[in-house]
Amino acid sequence: MSLLTLDNVTLRFGGLTAVNRLSMTVDEGEVFALVGPNGAGKSTVFNLISRFYTPVEGRITFDGTDLLRLAPDEVPSLGIARTFQNIELFDQATVLDNLLVGRHRHRRTTLVEQMLHLPSVRREERAHREAVEEVIDFLDLQPYRNKRIAGLPYGVRKVVEMGRALASKPRLLLLDEPASGLSVEETQNMRWWIDDIRRQMGITVLMVEHDMGLVSKVCDRVLALADGAKLAEGTPQEVQNHPAVIEAYLGTGDAA
Amino acid sequence: MEVLQLLISGMANGCVYGLVALGFVLIYKATEAVNFAQGDFMMLGAFVTLGLVNPEFMGLNFWVALPIVFVIMGVFGYLLDLVVLRALFGQNQVAVIILTIALGFILRFVAGLIWGHEPLSLHSPLALGDLRMGTLVLGMADVAIIIVTFLLTLFLWQFFQRTKVGLAMQAASQNQMAAYYMGIPVKRVQGFVWALAGIVAAIAGILYASKGAIDPNAGFIGIKAFAAAVIGGFGSLPGALMGGLIVGIIEPFAARYLPAGWSQIAPYALLIGVLLFRPHGLFAQVRVKKV
Amino acid sequence: MRIQFKTSYDHDIRLFKDGWQAFLYIALLALMVVLPWLIDDFFLGEATNVLIWATCGLGLMLLTGQTGQVSLGHSAFMAMGCYACVLLMEAGVPFILAFPLGGVITGLVGALIAIPALKLHGVYLAIATLALAILTDDLIVMLEPWTGGVAGKFAPAIEVFGLEINRWSSPAAWYYMALIVVLVVTLFYRNLLRAPMGRAFAAVRDSEISAQAMGVNIARTKTIAFGISAGITGLGGALMGLFAEVFNNETFTFIISIQLLMMIVVGGLGFIHGAFLGAIVIAFLPQVLSIATDSLGSTVAIPGLETGVFGLIMILFILFEPMGLYGRWLKIRTFLELFPFARKDMFRRQKSYLKTERLR
Repeated sequence: MSLLTLDNVTLRFGGLTAVNRLSMTVDEGEVFALVGPNGAGKSTVFNLISRFYTPVEGRITFDGTDLLRLAPDEVPSLGIARTFQNIELFDQATVLDNLLVGRHRHRRTTLVEQMLHLPSVRREERAHREAVEEVIDFLDLQPYRNKRIAGLPYGVRKVVEMGRALASKPRLLLLDEPASGLSVEETQNMRWWIDDIRRQMGITVLMVEHDMGLVSKVCDRVLALADGAKLAEGTPQEVQNHPAVIEAYLGTGDAA
Repeated sequence: MEVLQLLISGMANGCVYGLVALGFVLIYKATEAVNFAQGDFMMLGAFVTLGLVNPEFMGLNFWVALPIVFVIMGVFGYLLDLVVLRALFGQNQVAVIILTIALGFILRFVAGLIWGHEPLSLHSPLALGDLRMGTLVLGMADVAIIIVTFLLTLFLWQFFQRTKVGLAMQAASQNQMAAYYMGIPVKRVQGFVWALAGIVAAIAGILYASKGAIDPNAGFIGIKAFAAAVIGGFGSLPGALMGGLIVGIIEPFAARYLPAGWSQIAPYALLIGVLLFRPHGLFAQVRVKKV
Repeated sequence: MRIQFKTSYDHDIRLFKDGWQAFLYIALLALMVVLPWLIDDFFLGEATNVLIWATCGLGLMLLTGQTGQVSLGHSAFMAMGCYACVLLMEAGVPFILAFPLGGVITGLVGALIAIPALKLHGVYLAIATLALAILTDDLIVMLEPWTGGVAGKFAPAIEVFGLEINRWSSPAAWYYMALIVVLVVTLFYRNLLRAPMGRAFAAVRDSEISAQAMGVNIARTKTIAFGISAGITGLGGALMGLFAEVFNNETFTFIISIQLLMMIVVGGLGFIHGAFLGAIVIAFLPQVLSIATDSLGSTVAIPGLETGVFGLIMILFILFEPMGLYGRWLKIRTFLELFPFARKDMFRRQKSYLKTERLR
């Protein structure tokens, strides 16, 4: 069953066509990867789904809801959470507070209740913290729990950012280059986590990734993009061996 | 005729606002720091000139003193960047805003200690008296100010288009990292920009003092210059000058034709209006941040 | 270093980390309560002044320290709170109602002003709020029938449940009133910080993009921050005007806004303690300076000395201790707790390239 559908989506910046008539569907429960050379428009697709950009043409639907009718801050309420290529965390806050922001869409108490710290607020806070502790356990973040982001190493930040997205209990998780800049060991961890996110938590994953090793291990389906348009789609094997993909990565067959 | 008179004096005021605005647009473009003390720079430039030229102080010839003033203010700007602002490199903007405001406080205090708090007038060759034509009274200093400002703007524009230093400043202001990789000494260029801002402030100060008196609180016109810079669009040099002229011209007309009190709030009311409806200024195009 | 064993989520939620911390703050509160018996009326007045500045500072801290929006216009909200409260009192509303109402009105106006100001970032917001402060100064003069203009207004007598509060005849009562206000404000502030709204503030401050991606409505969050901030500062402004007994446009000039911003930076941006420490500096600096100039044999006041010295303090802090007095205290505390294992580089600031907010 398809969860996320892009239908003929086109986005232009001035004269540049960043995404060109792209159609794709992500099914519930699968791990789907977008691959492609730099500047192919992979992150742009994420930004379209997050509603930071509005396409000039096409439709984007999530579980039957028209995403284009929502503001960027309304998207998470449907159960879509994301990470960023260049890590956008709340630097001056602790890991715990960052993860708690992930719970933002689940808050029910009003401003006045919060100011007075009524029992309803306390109850809700306990529930938020319970959910966040689960994520901390899952991602082994205990040592960093009360540390401020500003002092943490890159690899940890990457994990915290994924944790923040997970804390919102999404149905669809968008991971923008989850393994970039990570060590071999950290990449290995990332692989198990993505597997567990799908299997244990039942979250659908859409990711952008350059590391084909990781992609072929965790993904069910892959879509290759070049210049904003679809080149090939299929299993990791199929896409890797697709002549158009090889050409896009290595130049023309003759030259190679 | 009265309209012409108001227009000329308004334009002359506007030129001073515009030059001060030019100073912080220069700095903002090159370093992303906002120099809230630019008005106090102007005040300092005027007092330094006054200290060199006026007979009760050193009594130098104006034209001999002028290059010395430029050197003093240029070195002042450069050292300020070197000693104080470079330490803040990469810190958030709040720190820079507060730092420069604090700097303004100090400059005001120091100027008051050295030159006192009584308004003093500068012995300037631009203080030419009035020209009377029938009912029309033209302040010749006003006319001179407009001409000097025009020439200076032309010179700066050529400087940015033609000279290597000017082009480096432009590059550094557009993308610091890229400029750095291209071998432009970004930090030194930023120092130059501060020096240049100091010199422009000195010129503004001399012009300001030529048509009236100067006292340590004169730096407060920096706030009006701010309004001017924003009205003109914060990132644009010609915009800053235009903004200055608009603010300068509005004031005398509002004072003449609107009820009392309105002339004081007119520039700020315009500023808030511009921020609400054209937040990037009257003369700037809007761009979107890349994620 | 004390280790806290956390056994329930409430450990992270409640106000004090452990019994020792709770004890320290209760001891501090006890000291504040018995203060009128320890010092004379002059210093009690100064202490009241500190509490009033701290109230104003807490308001600005919420906006600048927590939400990351710089305001150079909070003197406008101080004025608004003061005039609203006094006009209500003159209309016959008892002080106990007029005072909070003044805060609420100022908060609503602040939120209203925030809506157009939302589009503005960093410097633009600073300039717009500065313009607001200057406009307010001029407006007070222009609206003379209500505000008394340049001549100003005399604060009406304050009466709470039949008890008259006058700074000369009952300085202790005034002090307690300011203490209660600042305590209530601090409690509200803390409650917000440990609730979703406080975290949304921090999210907006640190990364608007990812705050949005987590479902935080930027416009709404900023409006709320602005409103609460204006309301708190309005309460502080009302206290300041009433404490001064006579006030006019000069009481709330834009210089006050700048001093308020500098105060919270000296104290420590982003910390509740920072508002209090900054208030102590700003309230006692004039005394210290006058003692210093007296001892140097100078009899005439040097104009601009106070702001000049304050400016110098400011620059030294930004250069050498950007986290303010509270940040310095945290470092000293860590050093003592870890003694002798603290290393100098533990506190080194990270070098970073300009993180541009500018559009490319």
